[in-house]
Parts: sequence; structure tokens; C-alpha cells
Amino acid sequence: MEWESVIGLEVHTQLLTKSKAFSGASTKYGAAPNTQACAVDIALPGVLPVFNKEAARMAVKFGLAIGAAINRRSVFARKNYFYPDLPKGYQISQYELPIVAKGRVTIDIDGQEKVVGITRAHLEEDAGKSLHEDFHGMSGIDLNRAGTPLLEIVSEPDLRSAKEAVAYLKKLHQLVVYLGICDGNMQEGSFRCDANVSVRRKGETKFGTRAEIKNVNSFRFVEKAIEYEIERQVELLEAGGKVVQETRLYDSDKNETRSMRGKEEAMDYRYFPDPDLPPLVIDEAFVRDVEKTMPELPDAKRARFIKDYGLSPYDASVLTASREMAQYYEETATASGQPKLAANWIASELSGYLNRENKDITQSPVTARMMTGLLKRIADNTISGKIAKDVLDAMWSGEGDADTVIAKQGLRQITDTGAIEKVVDEVIAKNPKQLEQYRAGKEALFGYFVGQVMKATGGKANPAQVNELLKKKLAG
Amino acid sequence: MSLDTTQVRKIAHLARLRISAEEAQAYADSLSRILGLIEQMNAVDTSGVEPMAHPSESALRLRPDEVTEPNQREKFQAIAPAVEAGLYLVPKVIE
Repeated sequence: MEWESVIGLEVHTQLLTKSKAFSGASTKYGAAPNTQACAVDIALPGVLPVFNKEAARMAVKFGLAIGAAINRRSVFARKNYFYPDLPKGYQISQYELPIVAKGRVTIDIDGQEKVVGITRAHLEEDAGKSLHEDFHGMSGIDLNRAGTPLLEIVSEPDLRSAKEAVAYLKKLHQLVVYLGICDGNMQEGSFRCDANVSVRRKGETKFGTRAEIKNVNSFRFVEKAIEYEIERQVELLEAGGKVVQETRLYDSDKNETRSMRGKEEAMDYRYFPDPDLPPLVIDEAFVRDVEKTMPELPDAKRARFIKDYGLSPYDASVLTASREMAQYYEETATASGQPKLAANWIASELSGYLNRENKDITQSPVTARMMTGLLKRIADNTISGKIAKDVLDAMWSGEGDADTVIAKQGLRQITDTGAIEKVVDEVIAKNPKQLEQYRAGKEALFGYFVGQVMKATGGKANPAQVNELLKKKLAG
Repeated sequence: MSLDTTQVRKIAHLARLRISAEEAQAYADSLSRILGLIEQMNAVDTSGVEPMAHPSESALRLRPDEVTEPNQREKFQAIAPAVEAGLYLVPKVIE
């Protein structure tokens, strides 16, 4: 029996505002507990919420990026729930009328494009944090995060595998970071994901009963949690059982999802429009204003890199992964006049260093200017590609720019035919036996001679000239 | 449409309200009357009338994104029932 999985994601992105959604308290991460929780955030009686304009701008920015209609009137509602991490007894959210209506993003699955629908995106406030270590049998509450603006992005149930879900999540992550509306930090919880997972027999048009997996905080865990959940549901159904609609928590240590029972009964949130907050009205001028601040989006940038710089789709993807990476590449490609060479050196060599040391491009000790300097010396034949790797290594270790390293270490390529010829003659003279074998037909020895010449010149002889001279001399 | 006391108890539980048996009956009666009024309003033909999300005509006032609230933790925690290490202490929320 073949099964098909149906997945939809709910992604909570913390908006990069300086202050909270409904109060003037700071949203900075990592402050001492409750030092950024003001009277509004801790819900003292008599306080009133006033909405942050920047949060509305950011939501509109996202809506424009996914080709969605912006609702000109959206409404804040109270979602009632009783946990001390939101002391008001409700979360301010949007329910029937969210700010962002239907949109879409395109993901790439093994070279195939797939459009994933986005149902809606709505504004809401984040909750505080409960610490359950032992405070004499009590819980400790830190409300610094309470009231931080969130944009919750809800996808259609369009995803059909854990792999597609992760591709979508990565796409969304790239988009919100490009837009500058979220820092995308999953460890700090700025970008969080819940997954709705169900399975059905292939060909079936009705959805199966779904389970919701809560708050998985890395791309890898999202993939594993969904894979586990699909397998669990299929096994359950094949054994004649039934999937229960419930919330499940992913345990990364055991790689399994577990039921979070006891919450079902409280699931009736009794939403109603918040009487403290009149409708959020977004007029044409507001949208136009946001439009002016839109950066070039990743898909458009990638297409442009392929077209303008002749890059492969793979290199174009690597080089547009972040805005900073794209900027680094464009600077280097333009300044060196070597777009292809720049792509190779940045997408493979430099990326290798960055990955090894877990750095992003903004932390690279080799700046775009230094990379340009290196590429220029490769292009004008001062150094070979092989030596260039040593130069990059030295630049990475802080030994200066390419010209400095080349001069200091005497790495300048030998292109003087006379000088190379002298070395070639010496090598041939020193290896009479190999010469004899070569001339007797053992042509594989050619590589041996090349190696000897390179060794004698410290790798600095121009490889093309070495090949040419050796061929001539060895032939006799 | 009317509410019975079982439904009233459920609503009270969701709102974390403790009510007595007499109160449950009283609320069931008065809430049922409110529902009766809603039913009456529902009977009016409102096609073509834009739904109203808020009784006042005004639009939401927006504030600039500025940090205006200083740290006043000491003051707030002075009136909290229990605090420790800067945290507000509350009865344990999970087992």
C-alpha cells in the first residue's frame, strides 16, 4: 500500500523591531530577566496597548514579497489562554482578518520547481518564558520576550515530504532574512516552526487526521521530526489503528515525537475582537511606501546572476544564499572583471573555509577586496590556480593581501621560458633511466617529469609552458 | 437557542471562573436571553452591510518603533507576591 504524506507548516518569525508590538519596552535578546518587561507586558491593570508601526510595515513587506494581497483592514483579536507566560490571560493575535492574505513561494526540489501556497500571515505577540527548574516547587517567569511582535506564516497543506517541508522552511527563512524583517536565529527562537502532518492512501483526495508537532528549532530536526511522524502514522494505520488529532512534542535526543496530552480540553481559545484595538488600516500610500524599501528578492537575484554572469544554477544558489554573500560576490566579480573565476573561488574555496570554521561571509577574514586581488593575479598569470590556494590560505590566516603574500613568499609564477627550460634540462639530465623508458614507449612517465620540474621550481613554473617544453625535449 | 447549565459550566471552566449551582442556573437564564437577542438581530437582512469590527469608527493608532520604557523591575517586583533571581514566581505550571 502506498501512502502519501500531507504537511503544512506554521512558522513564527520574530519581527526585528527595536520595541515591542504593543509597548515601548526593548526587544533585545539576552537581557537580565524582566528588565525589558514594562507595565503593559506584565499586564498591570489600566494599561492600554498601542501598536508598533514598524511591525505593520514589516508584515506588509512580507506580503508584497510573496505576492499576497494586503488586507486594507485587519483586526486584532484576543486568544484566551491561561499560562503565566502571558499574564493578561490572552494573547493579542489576528484571527478572522489577518494583515496578509493568500500568497505563494517557489521551492526547488531536485531541480524541479514547486509552488507552495501560503494561506495567510498574521501579526501577534510572543509569550514570555517559563523556567521550570526548582524554585521551591514554583515556576520562574521571565517576561522579557512577552509582547515581542511575531508574524505567523501559515502554509497551505501543499507539502508532500519532509524534504519539501525543509526546502519550504529554508526558502521562507532566506526570504525573511533578505527582507530584513527577522534575524532568522533559530537557536534564540527568532524563527520557529510547528508542523501539521497527516498521511493518506495515494490517490485519496480527503486529508487524513493530522497531528501537530510543536516548536522544532533546527532545519535538521524539522526533517527528522516529520519523517518520524509520517512513519508513526503509517505504522499505526497499517496495524488497523487510528491517528488522533493532537499536539506532539519532538524529542531530539530520542528522535521521536510524543503526545502532549492534557492540552486538548483547553484548545477552545474563544477568540473575539480586542476592544482595546480598533482595526489596523493600511492605505495605498502605506503600501507604496513599503514597496520603495523592497530589496531585490533571492529568486530575482539568482536569475540575474545566471543571466548576467553566466553562472550555473548551483553556483547562483550558493552565491545568493544571503544578501551579504551576494554582495560579496558582486563586488568581487565586478572589481576583478572575472565573474566565473569569482564564482568558483567564492562558492567552493572560500565557502569551504567558512563552513569549516562555521563563519558567515560577513566574518570572513578575506574581504571582497582581498579576493579581488587574488583573482587578478590568477587572471594575469602571476600565480597558478594551485599556488593561489596557498595564497588564499595565507590570506585567511591574516598574512596580508594577495600581493603581499606573493611577494613575501616568492610565489610569483615562473613564466620566463629560458628559466623553465634550464630546469627541464636539469631534470632530464638527472633521470637518464626514466628518459630511456619514456622514449621506449612508457608515456605514463610524462607525469613524473612534470612533477620533478614542479618540485624543482617550488610549484611556481607555469604548468602550460612546462608541458610544452617537456614534450619537445623528451621527444629528443 | 438557549444554554443549559452544563454549557455554562464549560464556559466558566474555560474562563477559570468558579460558580455555584445557583449561579450556573442564573447565568444559563441570562445568557440564553442574550442569545435570544442575537437571534433577533440575526434575522435582519444585512447583505451589503460591511461587518463592523469595532464600535468606534477610528482606525488603529500607530506608534513609532522606539524604546521608551526604562527598566522598572525593582518597582514592579516590589508588589509581586514572590520573586527570585529577577523572575516572578508562580505556582508550577507543568507537572
